[in-house]
Amino acid sequence: MKMLDIQSKKVDNAVIINIKGDVDLYSSPQIRKVLLELIQKESPAIFVDLQEVNYMDSSGVATLVEALQRAKKYGGRLFIYHLQGAVQDVFELSRLDKVFQIYPDETEAMKAYHDEN
Amino acid sequence: MPETLEFMIPAEPKYLKINRLSIKLLCELIGFSTVESNNITLAIDEACSNVIRHAYNGPSKEPIHIKCNIYGNKIEFLIRDFGRKANVDQIKSRELDEIRPGGLGVHLIKTVMDEVMYDTNFEKGNQLKLIKHFKGRK
Repeated sequence: MKMLDIQSKKVDNAVIINIKGDVDLYSSPQIRKVLLELIQKESPAIFVDLQEVNYMDSSGVATLVEALQRAKKYGGRLFIYHLQGAVQDVFELSRLDKVFQIYPDETEAMKAYHDEN
Repeated sequence: MPETLEFMIPAEPKYLKINRLSIKLLCELIGFSTVESNNITLAIDEACSNVIRHAYNGPSKEPIHIKCNIYGNKIEFLIRDFGRKANVDQIKSRELDEIRPGGLGVHLIKTVMDEVMYDTNFEKGNQLKLIKHFKGRK
């Protein structure tokens, strides 16, 4: 049984990452690896779709915080969207819901990115 | 006398999900709302992750015992490990205005649970006691 599935696709100069599964101490290193590879290439915009993530722990949140901070250093952007109830709660409990650019869906996230450029 | 359920998992991250499913189901079964059950599950999961990371210094075949005592007005979790003793004075939530990865687990546990107590008075290992009251039944 696969605990986590990560798919990524390139759209213009942006990369969309679809994560499927629980994000916890077991799986967050896999997500970190994917994100850091993109950051190393200085991807201008990374979109993280969390529609199929029903659970995220502090290691998952920490991975996204690290990616956000590293991307900011070269002027990159990190957008997250489709947060499900329990995942949204973790961001609120962590008081990080205002730190990230969180959007309801891909269309809104893309619109925000294009409006900025 | 409380009703008691006990789980035991090896301190391996891949088994955390099994524990989460059990805790969530238990919380819903005894009357916590979905949101409360999710949050309690998060707190127990964070506690078990901390055992793996800090008490056992990484994945280990050593056990994590999770004892759940159900009382009329609350549920109590006793999370026991047999690893390195915790320095309770150093276990702190991070400052939330400091945006950095890590240090969030303890904050989440303390935010979600009503009572959080560390017991290091064991010959080997630690025990964390976490209590959540049923709303309106304190």
